[in-house]
Amino acid sequence: MNILYDERVDGALPDVDKLALLHALQSRLPDLEILHQQEELRPYECDGLSAYRTTPMLVVLPRHVDEVQGVLRLCHELHVPVVARGAGTGLSGGALPLEKGVLLVMARFNNILSIDPAARTARVQPGVRNLAISQAAAPFGLYYAPDPSSQIACSIGGNVAENAGGVHCLKYGLTVHNVLKVDILTVDGEHLSLGSNALDAPGFDLLALFTGSEGLLGVITEVTVKLLPKPQTAKVLLAAFDSVEKAGRAVGDIIAAGIIPGGLEMMDNLAIRAAEDFIHAGYPVDAQAILLCELDGVEADVVDDCDRVRQVLQQAGAIELRQAKDEAERVLFWAGRKNAFPAVGRLSPDYYCMDGTIPRRQLPGVLHAIAELSNEYGLRVANVFHAGDGNMHPLILFDANQPGELDRAEALGGKILELCVKVGGSITGEHGVGREKINQMCAQFNSDELTLFHAIKAAFDPSGLLNPGKNIPTLHRCAEFGAMHIHGGQLPFPELERF
Amino acid sequence: MRSPEDFDDSQSLLEQVNQALENATPLRIQGSNSKAFLGRTTAGEILDTRSHRGIVSYDPTELVVTARCGTLLSQLTQVLDAAQQMLPCEPPSFGDGATVGGMIACGLSGPRRPWAGSVRDFVLGTRVITGQGKLLRFGGEVMKNVAGYDLSRLMAGSYGCLGLITEVSLKVLPKPRQALSISLEMDTERALQHLAEWGQQPLPISAACHDGTRLHLRLEGGEGSVAAAHERLGGERLDASWWDDLNEQRLSFFDEDQPLWRLSLPHNTPSLSLPGRQLIDWGGAQRWLKSDADTAFIRKVVDEVGGHATCFSHGLTDTPFQPLPAALMRYHCNLKQQLDPRGIFNPGRLYAEL
Repeated sequence: MNILYDERVDGALPDVDKLALLHALQSRLPDLEILHQQEELRPYECDGLSAYRTTPMLVVLPRHVDEVQGVLRLCHELHVPVVARGAGTGLSGGALPLEKGVLLVMARFNNILSIDPAARTARVQPGVRNLAISQAAAPFGLYYAPDPSSQIACSIGGNVAENAGGVHCLKYGLTVHNVLKVDILTVDGEHLSLGSNALDAPGFDLLALFTGSEGLLGVITEVTVKLLPKPQTAKVLLAAFDSVEKAGRAVGDIIAAGIIPGGLEMMDNLAIRAAEDFIHAGYPVDAQAILLCELDGVEADVVDDCDRVRQVLQQAGAIELRQAKDEAERVLFWAGRKNAFPAVGRLSPDYYCMDGTIPRRQLPGVLHAIAELSNEYGLRVANVFHAGDGNMHPLILFDANQPGELDRAEALGGKILELCVKVGGSITGEHGVGREKINQMCAQFNSDELTLFHAIKAAFDPSGLLNPGKNIPTLHRCAEFGAMHIHGGQLPFPELERF
Repeated sequence: MRSPEDFDDSQSLLEQVNQALENATPLRIQGSNSKAFLGRTTAGEILDTRSHRGIVSYDPTELVVTARCGTLLSQLTQVLDAAQQMLPCEPPSFGDGATVGGMIACGLSGPRRPWAGSVRDFVLGTRVITGQGKLLRFGGEVMKNVAGYDLSRLMAGSYGCLGLITEVSLKVLPKPRQALSISLEMDTERALQHLAEWGQQPLPISAACHDGTRLHLRLEGGEGSVAAAHERLGGERLDASWWDDLNEQRLSFFDEDQPLWRLSLPHNTPSLSLPGRQLIDWGGAQRWLKSDADTAFIRKVVDEVGGHATCFSHGLTDTPFQPLPAALMRYHCNLKQQLDPRGIFNPGRLYAEL
């Protein structure tokens, strides 16, 4: 089932006269940069999920908050959908434009407004890159903890909208745990401050609600993040195993020993070989799985923890165990993991990255089932796994130029996500639903739960103009999607009309 | 882990809510009523959550525990203790009967909060009976889950005004291998200055409270880091139970008759000039105030430094929680209207408008 916006199942969008809108924007906001010609719009037709493209009606690139406010007010008056976009690195199509909508690009808001070392906070505009915050904080011995793999390019506004994660989440949390305050504009351009410079704020925790709301509830105009003191030292261990089951059990053993590693990553054989071929990190290419375990903190504790983890890994049956001897080797061990996606990309013309999460104990069974699905669909799957927090990134290898392969890859991906839900997990750990997983939302939530999500949306955006079609599927879409997956003879959403 | 009193009473809770919806009867959701002094007085029929109790699942290696709302907080703590794990946010109980549901709904965290996170930070999933009379599930038992809106964390600290939390899954963590508490003699200014400075260094501080003359610190981590920090900071040894007394408001500071206020501030706020006595917790970010000062005056002083004030003495003011800006209140009302259209869940507990 195609994921591009389909008015038939995703809801009718208002028809807008492009020229009239363009003229209205130009006359009301004369300094606003607006792109409206086909060749100018083309670069904005997709985000990091590049398999799906839609040319937006108009692209606006404001530089001042009052311009953003002006755009929102006008679009609200004229009933025009608005899709906000940061750096456009999102992997779930959260910033996929609409033909009948304006793409609101926040990338020009790239100023770090202040770093307050005594308060351990940074106040930044939404277009500031994730890594730029840590770089600006570095002279004070501080950093911003969440580190999605796209951190050199992704923007903090997008991070908040998606509740971005990274490889250090188990110990340091997600974006929601590291943000103090967010300033937003509502659909009609009203300013709200959510959270505060203190550790909490009166009223409902709207900051938590907005984090990860994928641009459906408001547009982020400023973010205040928490900064942490940089750990004194970090050491990384690499352990090889002759089976993924043993590697999976070793992860549980480390945690049972009372140790929370800064990072704990697993790769399977196909991912190991791809990464080694690309980066030459010295990975053992015959291993069925490797674990990378990073321990960080105060030197004396880290040395102790390394000894403990080494023992645990040996007892868990590691066939090879190495500790990075210096910082250069530590960086090299990580380089293999951090480049696993592009490395896999070298094996195949295209790959499709999944983002399901599972309770860790389910890992062996899920990997086994993925291998079976991989055979069934005739597509290779490489597995990269944030093992500490149960977030899997199966990479499905395919060739979009072969007729039908993209469809098969999508179908296989959908099966993997449904499997994650079945074992008690989620269809997305950190990439978001966007458009990509809109159908799988119907597997994770029932119609009453989805109805409640729509009620939340209605509290902030009753006209449904902010990023329509993303994150929460309509019941109509689920009815159509469910019709292809009737379980046990029971029709989902029997109350809905069928077409 | 299992207790003979464990019981899944969700069907009966659901029936009670549906009955209330049908009759448009407001409900006062209550566990042991240990935190009844917080917030405004709610009129309504009592809905007792304590029949729905028990730990549903707990696997220490998954770092996740799931418990029903009526489970005693003390039972949960015991079960975690036995596996050398903890709720890092250290929620206070304010009474032996405190329940898990009340802990989530009030969202209060203890001394470790600035370093470990708040109650909402550890919420992974909830089951909730909604204003539509449905028992629904949000979030789950996994660390990372960004599917749909984060309704579970929204429920934390919502004082039962958005629905009835029947079950919650929480992230837990291993207890630190080493813990040591110390106290150092110094005045408020110096204490705040030191805390701002130490906060920028990787020191294993996990609690910091200044009582006007002494700075109390808890060091937690591995043996090496705790020993090194102790050597550097010196100070007198302090019994670990002191932190429980602080958390449960059993220190003599809390005895006096004057009204009690909780001030939530940016942690590096200089000492605030307010009538009465103050106790600085959370490394500066939470300050307890015993004062007869006027509500509006306290709020004005606190607001100017970017904080907010909550009255912990019941009935002193009609707005125990700091009033919200008008626009923000409007969206609070919209949300309440959408999630609890008949206004049956703890009406007015948080604000008169909700």
